[in-house]
Amino acid sequence: MDAPVIEIRDLTKVYRMGEVEVSALKGVSLTVERGEFVAIMGPSGSGKSTLMNILGCLDRPTAGTYRLDGIDVSRLDRDQRAEIRNAKIGFVFQSFNLLARTRATENVELPLLYGNLGLTADERARRSRASLARVGLAGREDHYPSQLSGGQQQRVAIARALVTDPAIVLADEPTGNLDSRTSEEVIAIFQELNDAGKTVVLITHEPDIAAHARRVVYVRDGLIWRDEKIVQTRAKLGGPAAGEAEPAIAFPFTIAPPAEEKLEEVAR
Amino acid sequence: MKVATLRLWNITKVGLQAILRNKMRSLLTMLGIIIGVACVITMVAVGTGASSSIQATINSLGTNFIMLFPGASTQGGARTFSGESKITTEDVDAIKAECPAVAYVSPSVRSSAQVVAADLNWGTTVYGVGVDWPFIRAWNVADGDFFTDVDVRSAAKVAVLGATVADSLFPGGNALGSTIRIKHLPFKVVGVLDRKGGNMMGQDQDDQILAPYTTVMKQLQGTPRLGQVLISARSAGEVAEAQTEIDALLRQRHRIQPGEESDFSMRSQEEIASTSAQTSKTLSVLLGSAAAISLLVGGIGIMNIMLVSVTERTREIGIRLAIGAKGRHVLLQFLLEAIALSVVGGAIGVALGLLIPNLVTRFAGLPTQVSSGSVLLAFGFAAAIGIFFGFYPARKASRLDPIDALRYE
Repeated sequence: MDAPVIEIRDLTKVYRMGEVEVSALKGVSLTVERGEFVAIMGPSGSGKSTLMNILGCLDRPTAGTYRLDGIDVSRLDRDQRAEIRNAKIGFVFQSFNLLARTRATENVELPLLYGNLGLTADERARRSRASLARVGLAGREDHYPSQLSGGQQQRVAIARALVTDPAIVLADEPTGNLDSRTSEEVIAIFQELNDAGKTVVLITHEPDIAAHARRVVYVRDGLIWRDEKIVQTRAKLGGPAAGEAEPAIAFPFTIAPPAEEKLEEVAR
Repeated sequence: MKVATLRLWNITKVGLQAILRNKMRSLLTMLGIIIGVACVITMVAVGTGASSSIQATINSLGTNFIMLFPGASTQGGARTFSGESKITTEDVDAIKAECPAVAYVSPSVRSSAQVVAADLNWGTTVYGVGVDWPFIRAWNVADGDFFTDVDVRSAAKVAVLGATVADSLFPGGNALGSTIRIKHLPFKVVGVLDRKGGNMMGQDQDDQILAPYTTVMKQLQGTPRLGQVLISARSAGEVAEAQTEIDALLRQRHRIQPGEESDFSMRSQEEIASTSAQTSKTLSVLLGSAAAISLLVGGIGIMNIMLVSVTERTREIGIRLAIGAKGRHVLLQFLLEAIALSVVGGAIGVALGLLIPNLVTRFAGLPTQVSSGSVLLAFGFAAAIGIFFGFYPARKASRLDPIDALRYE
């Protein structure tokens, strides 16, 4: 219980593109404790996506170690990583990635189909319903993705991520396809989950989304450039103007380089 | 173990659901297999039907049956004969008298003729045969009697009618004792044969008239030579012996020097049967392999659709891989889908394959015989095709990189 959920040491990732070698990560070390809510930010090409792929055990680092929930996963093969993904990680994607023409409850059940829990159909359905209820979709179990709004679809995806009770929830731009109001709703769910003790790692390039996390890790040029804890109140959650109303939450963090100084000011 | 079984079942269900979700496409994909399997079964049924009807006809000749033809036989079993038959009625008498292994002998000469009775007429075949004919063909007279030895010796104008001829010329059933005219010559009807019905090739065996061969040769043909001779050995075991005896006798009678070719040839029922079996087997194989090709094409159709399906569902595969499906789970899912398509297609094909031969028999009049072997073979082949052609697309799906697959639009 005391071990960090994520423990990365000197992680590098080199892609070979023909003759050219591209270093996407140049030695990243990061520790995420249980129960944290971390936002990983960075412009495109920063290595953010590569880091997310490695964190999600979708890819393997070139060098360095990655311990997830106490297990060294940096040298696992394809199938072993699939097992880890199934058991330890709950994915939430930008484009929801639900199976079309498949009911909400069946979508949520999907990870249980491949897991080692050996659940019967009834148990799977029960867990799926519980998970959907947790994201506020009780009563929508039999809806198809096409019958749900974007926010509801993303909530189905979150329910799917939660159904295996993973060590971390890894959300890759979860609000990228949503309008700001729905984004707030979705982010609120992540905050609720985090309040309930779930470790959440959020990858985003939107500062106002990152502002809802408790810690922001900024990646640039394949390195962790900044790692900040955010002190914030949750009073204004869900409000459309949360950022403006509460100056403490205002995160003056943009992707453009001129914002760097501002960030440092805020950090100090 | 229980977990793995449960998972296998779940993945099976996933594969089957995919088929149900794309009903139209699944049906079209299966169509190739359906047609292929139905074709194989039907073609083999037609081939087997033809073959077994020929066999039945030949077998109905009796197991101790020997046929004597004019002309030499050549090695391939083909007969080359032109010119006059050297077999005479005296030869026939000699065979009967001097070959102990021979039970019955009857010449057989044929002539097509228009037959008239009162105001009705009928075109049929007149066979000139001997009195042993009913014993050789195991064919009895239903009404009246067969003609006698005296009739044969005197070349009497008497006739025994096949049931169809009797029905056609004498709808009232008063054939016996009446007079019919064959090529303007009056013949007295002395008997009507048992009804045998059509043989399985669709020929009506009852559409014939039997008359003494002497009469037919003199009055209808005008030749002293015999077309063929039907012979019965005393038993099935004495067929070879009878053939040896006849061969020796006729060579002596025809004064053929040793080493010289005979001017006659013989076929036992067994030989005729095996020759025709060979022919119809070739026919079956030919039909069956043409159909098997269509089955193969159906299999390629499945592969094609599965490849399209894998590409189209790259995103789905990516999702499954990301949330913890292993390569082999995805492989299994797509493989099972392909197998299910071909097995269901195969089953529908089998159903059609059982139905179509019936329709062929009913509407085209061709004998058919569905063999369980061809059904099993076609179905097994269809299933095997599913595995074979489903494997490549399924492996392709299972080897996708989850990151790329998730990014796929």
